[in-house]
Amino acid sequence: MRHEKLRVMANEPIGPYRLVRLGRSRLEPGTPGQFFMLEAPGRPLPRPFSLCVAPPGELGFLVDPIGPGTVAIAALEPGEEIAATGPLGHGFDLDVERPLLVGGGIGIAPFPYLSEQLGAPRALLGFRTAHHAQAAALVPNAEVVLDPTLVTDALPDEPGDVLACGPEPMLDALERIVPDAQLAREAPMACGYGACYGCVVPVNGGYKRLCLEGPVLRTGPS
Amino acid sequence: MGVPLLNASGCLDALAAPDVAKTLDVFVTKTITPLPREGNPPVRIAETEHGMLNSIGLQGPGIDAFVSEHLPRLAELGVELWVSVGGFSADDYELCCERLDREERVSVIELNLSCPNVEEAPEAAAQLVAAARATTDKPLYAKLSPAQWDVAAAARAVVDAGADGLSLVNTIRGLALDAVSLRPRLARAVGGYSGPALKPIALACVHVCATTVDVPIVGMGGVASGLDALELVAVGASAVALGTVLFADPLAAERIRAEIDAEARARGLADPADVRSAFVVQPENMLQMRKNSNA
Repeated sequence: MRHEKLRVMANEPIGPYRLVRLGRSRLEPGTPGQFFMLEAPGRPLPRPFSLCVAPPGELGFLVDPIGPGTVAIAALEPGEEIAATGPLGHGFDLDVERPLLVGGGIGIAPFPYLSEQLGAPRALLGFRTAHHAQAAALVPNAEVVLDPTLVTDALPDEPGDVLACGPEPMLDALERIVPDAQLAREAPMACGYGACYGCVVPVNGGYKRLCLEGPVLRTGPS
Repeated sequence: MGVPLLNASGCLDALAAPDVAKTLDVFVTKTITPLPREGNPPVRIAETEHGMLNSIGLQGPGIDAFVSEHLPRLAELGVELWVSVGGFSADDYELCCERLDREERVSVIELNLSCPNVEEAPEAAAQLVAAARATTDKPLYAKLSPAQWDVAAAARAVVDAGADGLSLVNTIRGLALDAVSLRPRLARAVGGYSGPALKPIALACVHVCATTVDVPIVGMGGVASGLDALELVAVGASAVALGTVLFADPLAAERIRAEIDAEARARGLADPADVRSAFVVQPENMLQMRKNSNA
């Protein structure tokens, strides 16, 4: 785990989202599905983001400006600096034979980097609107479904090795259909490195810290 | 010399982040209870404009697993170790303190007398301290809540009962609502409020306690900079603990230590501890707590 001030290199709109690209400094990109805590200017706590793209010298994060912290990060301008900690947690297990990426909304954030590492496997992405679905352009070989069609409606009969990230109901539904799917979960998180015990999820009858055990879980919350 | 920096109990897991623990002069464990506890249901964390709420509820392994599994690994870090203990009765405090009394690696026991997220023990804080005192010769620090009208009276009572020092302050109860649904953002609605908003409250508590009892005080509450730490020392703290700031800045201790030195130098002080003399309140203007009048 490293903690550094990173410089904003670029901030581009992608549909309703922003792709905020930071200079890497000494931070490593880590494994797809791992995450970074990014300072939210003016707010007491940082926010967790999985790495979206990892071009040379940069770390890029897809930001959905929905609350005060994400709005502040989405408003960053090139040249500004924010503190970043990471990479944190456990990412996706890349030792898969027939990967299928399944994502919903802002949950597609880790897929561009994941897709690159896995050699551009098939992806199935669901969005609320065509405007949101502009983010699908970041993911090669993606089939897109729009609300009210759900990704679970479009799932192939033999989905293979599912690696998924998206809203909780989507992940819960996927887990019922594909019990051994790798699911990147989300929880409110203060620190990202096991200090606060805020991000627990139920696992095997007990509460586990998602930042340490996950965010990618295979067994899934019980 | 200098101002020892600790973490506030519950704000760092030294086994998950040993590099962070090693930046501190003392590592304080999360509160240990007699039995293992799952803690409160999520959602447990909510950020507010000027701080955060937590509702963890003393999740932990229990004293047996702590002593057998965690303690040996914590000792390997080479950082002075304080253990925070809590419970729901005087018996609970007794049991934990008796158990820790045998552990050489534990230098201080901090008694968490004020967790805002669990039921309180029926006994008064002083009775809990007395129960703990009877079981151990280790230094006992009483961690008090700022949410009492007369914290100085509470400080006097716990010191009279055998506390060797004070940890001031714990979080204070708070509540945050979702702006759209107006539902509580934490699963248990109410949680412990910490962060920058707590600093003036901590300063007032340390100030009135330092003028009431003559024991070392670990000051904490909203410390995010060297100046914040130095302010707590000015009103009577002899050490300073970092809490919420560690969530945003895991390496805050190194930065704050340097800032304390710079702030002290800027005031012509060779030792930051000397800043105590800068804080002057005319005795006749001082807020007098009940220590002088039980009327």
